[in-house]
Amino acid sequence: MQLITTMLLDGLSYASYLFIVSVGLTIIFGVMKILNVAHGAFYAWGAYGAAYTIGLASDNDWPDWIGFVLIFGSAILVGLILGAIIERVILRKMYHEEEVLIVLATFGIFLILEDIILLVFGVNPYFAYQPMALLGSIKMGGIIRDVYSLTLFGLAILVAFGCWYGLNKTKWGKLLSVVIYDREISLAMGINVQLVYLVTFILGATLGALGGAYIAPTISVAPGFGIDVIVLSFAVVVIGGMGSIPGALIGSLMVGILRAIAVHKFPEFELFVIFAVMAVVLMIRPEGLFAPEKARRI
Amino acid sequence: MRSSVFKMLGRTVLAGGALAAAVAAGPALAKDTINVGIASFLTGPAAGPFGVPGRNGAELVIDAINAGTLPAPYAKAGFAGAKMNAIFIDEAGGNAKQVGEYRNLVEKRGVDAVLGYISSGTCMAVTPVAEELKKLTILSVCGTPRVFEEAQRTYVFRTQAHAVGDSIAAAHYVLDKFKDMKGYTGINQNYAWGQDSYKFFDVAMKKMAPDTNASDNPQFPKIFAGQYGTEISTLSLDPAKLVHTSFWGGDIEAFVLQALVRGFFNDKQVISSVGGSAVDSLGKKFPDGVVMGTRGEYGLLVRNNKEPLNAWFVEEYKKRYDAYPLGPSYQYANSVLALKIAMDAAAEKAGSFPNQEQTMAALKGLSWQSFGGKISLSLADGHQAVHPVGYGITKWDKEKGAATAVDVKFYQPECIYAPAGQNSVEWLEAGMPGAKC
Amino acid sequence: MVAAAWNDKTIRWAVIGFGLLAAAGWLLPTWVLNNVMFGLARGLAVLGLLVLWRTGLVSFGHALYFGLGAYAVALLEKYTGLTDVFVKFGAAILVAGACGFLLGFVLRNYRAIFFAMLSLAFSMVLYGVLVKMEVLGSTDGFSVTHYTIFGWNPDGKYPLFCFIILACVVALTLVQLYLKSALGFLTTAIRDNELRVEYLGYSVARAIHIKYLISACLAGAAGGALAMALGQVDPDSMVNWTVSGELVFITIMSGAGSVVAPFIGAIVFEFLRTYAFEWAPQAWQLIVGGTLLAIIFFLPGGIWSVLEKPWAKRETDNG
Repeated sequence: MQLITTMLLDGLSYASYLFIVSVGLTIIFGVMKILNVAHGAFYAWGAYGAAYTIGLASDNDWPDWIGFVLIFGSAILVGLILGAIIERVILRKMYHEEEVLIVLATFGIFLILEDIILLVFGVNPYFAYQPMALLGSIKMGGIIRDVYSLTLFGLAILVAFGCWYGLNKTKWGKLLSVVIYDREISLAMGINVQLVYLVTFILGATLGALGGAYIAPTISVAPGFGIDVIVLSFAVVVIGGMGSIPGALIGSLMVGILRAIAVHKFPEFELFVIFAVMAVVLMIRPEGLFAPEKARRI
Repeated sequence: MRSSVFKMLGRTVLAGGALAAAVAAGPALAKDTINVGIASFLTGPAAGPFGVPGRNGAELVIDAINAGTLPAPYAKAGFAGAKMNAIFIDEAGGNAKQVGEYRNLVEKRGVDAVLGYISSGTCMAVTPVAEELKKLTILSVCGTPRVFEEAQRTYVFRTQAHAVGDSIAAAHYVLDKFKDMKGYTGINQNYAWGQDSYKFFDVAMKKMAPDTNASDNPQFPKIFAGQYGTEISTLSLDPAKLVHTSFWGGDIEAFVLQALVRGFFNDKQVISSVGGSAVDSLGKKFPDGVVMGTRGEYGLLVRNNKEPLNAWFVEEYKKRYDAYPLGPSYQYANSVLALKIAMDAAAEKAGSFPNQEQTMAALKGLSWQSFGGKISLSLADGHQAVHPVGYGITKWDKEKGAATAVDVKFYQPECIYAPAGQNSVEWLEAGMPGAKC
Repeated sequence: MVAAAWNDKTIRWAVIGFGLLAAAGWLLPTWVLNNVMFGLARGLAVLGLLVLWRTGLVSFGHALYFGLGAYAVALLEKYTGLTDVFVKFGAAILVAGACGFLLGFVLRNYRAIFFAMLSLAFSMVLYGVLVKMEVLGSTDGFSVTHYTIFGWNPDGKYPLFCFIILACVVALTLVQLYLKSALGFLTTAIRDNELRVEYLGYSVARAIHIKYLISACLAGAAGGALAMALGQVDPDSMVNWTVSGELVFITIMSGAGSVVAPFIGAIVFEFLRTYAFEWAPQAWQLIVGGTLLAIIFFLPGGIWSVLEKPWAKRETDNG
């Protein structure tokens, strides 16, 4: 019983992390049909932004709770700056190209952004443990857990709710749905598709950066850690259905819990299960478990 | 009719050839300069805590040797009189890439020797290539004994003792200090170093304390995984009190941060064989009471040791890099020093600038006073080093605001390594016959 | 068939070019020889991707076959002690081909991004297995140290270089003949309009399956050749998704214009990476990534589009 509770909690915690990281990817794909490899770089930049500013705050003896402000602040800043530059300067010129070419372009952007991190921040690791230390720990299911990781659930629920509300209840969300449904018709109806794309990309980038920024306090923020995140979030997004937000939720839950079971019971299969599930889902339901409805084109 | 494509191809090839000729005909390598390739992690998560301190240690000592400012008995300038021109390369990117880079160092840049390497996997990968290309290679940090026990090597040396001693010393220390703690488990990286380290610790514990229980679920996450929440839960659920880890670099730091908040260190006794870098980088955040090793008389354990070479090294390093030298700084510095000693001795014997064979002959079986105690190349026919290995318990010194280690104990080579000529794993499994502790 | 091959201009000149390269290899410094050899090995995989790309399919998972080929070579040597290049190379192609044949039944029904993603998933399954299994070398991989040719134990890499060139010539010839066959001409037709191809009485799925099998064999051959040339296999440099990305990168960089292009592109890539690493050890990814973007923006036809122009001009001159 204790083992099951532990696996469930570990799985949920990892799933929340996966969801926050991959929801930005799925939004960008849903609207723009771009599989954005540079997402891993947004994640890394978010983490560096948070770790760097939290370190500065700590050096100046600011209170530890400032860390939470800095996490969100740096995620938004990174998303705004990198998102806007990349969308306007590079991607905007590529929308008429083949999907695959755009994927490769984002791969190139990823490589470049990774090395810029190295040039800007150097190779030494950054630590930002203050927010995690601040929240302390709690005993749950017989073992001690850190409260910070548990707040990931809250953040994931917040992000999920925010996305749902934004898409379904606001004017912007409705515009977005129209553009997803049919880009040409929306253009013809006078919707500023370029602006929709820009905002979507910035939003997706910000969410990617938020994933990194929020995880920064728990790790040693060092060069090269954005690379594994890319395939992991690909797996999540593909399992749930590319472009679907509920899909990303289900995908993260499946991957998170399966991984927790594997680590506890069959450690050798930790990575294997994730991608095996991805392959099986693609074979049975190529559109993913929760693919958004597609307009039939003539 | 000739195709321009092949003209083009021909031109590329010719250009490549011309360029190579230009490189080869560069500065004369003979007597005034030696070119040495030095590999360490310059990017990736291992760069900050391992690769860069290692490179700094090498750089500091190379500059001092070139200038003749090392303390006695190494005050004579140069490597057999020649200045070393160090070519630093990045060890990140996987073994296959490193093998390619090693070939480039030797065949393209024409280095006289190659030094360094941190990852055991990389050492295993470049060793056969070094033998194939017949290039003197001194491994600095990596720990897997397989490098020298799978085959006799001619061109490869290692100035760092191997993982068997680290694990046996850890077992001794645990049994000396925490006799009443029952049961052990581990969290180690899933590659040569991590697998070997835990396996040796496991066997040593079974031999020395047969009544202790081994966990049936030790953890082996992927190297540089970064997040260990689930693994920490698994270890927490395990009844075993002792947790062995050979994590290094960014992994030990992330593990400590995540485990610390969860009160892991109150509940478990952690034994870290090589986590010294995290003690410095995390400072007062690092928990007290962790059993910490540095794989030799290095770093944290000898910070206040006044032995002149060590004192010089700590002081100069601190002056130049504004940080304390870590284990890898010592390990790289020791490799550089070993090369100097061997080249000086070979030059004296030959009466002229030594060639590679003469240098290797002098290096074989060498025993020298290093920046961290005495090191002897006494295993694997004079290619593999042994030296004492110590452990201590971490303690944050509030008054000085510095990390320290208390209860430091060193174990002598006779106690923790198989006698020359014996396979360490077989020796360990036989119950370490003849070990003098 | 030999006559048919010799009548094909591309094959004729490729054979001469590769012959000259083999001869030049005798004179080249070892490091150039090595880099050319690595490039040629990778070029084999890129040739396979070109076959798929002409149909409009891009695989982000060919590291699966690349890795299978490489590991087949390494494991064969480790567990059976067989070192003959022909045996090793054959095993690499066989293992990759068998896997490609089986997965082809699934993948032939997929297009566009789904094809890319399912390939990626399959390759990452292999990666996940290799990284965590100690018997398969986990992240360390294995060394591949010896090679023999019919019992002859050569000194140095030149004979291997010649062997790889021979493999490239054979592969290039077969692919060129295939592309010129009726089946091969379907390639472009499928990309343009699958439905019409079906109406013509051809099975699109079967045609794609054959292409997939060809590309899997070529990627396996590439992995095997690289393992022998490099002397080492490991999951991060052979099987991870970045390897697949790199192969697609070289395909785009080379251009789809000719079966010769992949080899030129792969050699250029090898030198680009070597020099980027040497000049800027902390920023070599930046250089590689920048080159990738530059090619996408300024040279969409790849390197071949630059070489093609003088080629085409000579055509008209002589025509």
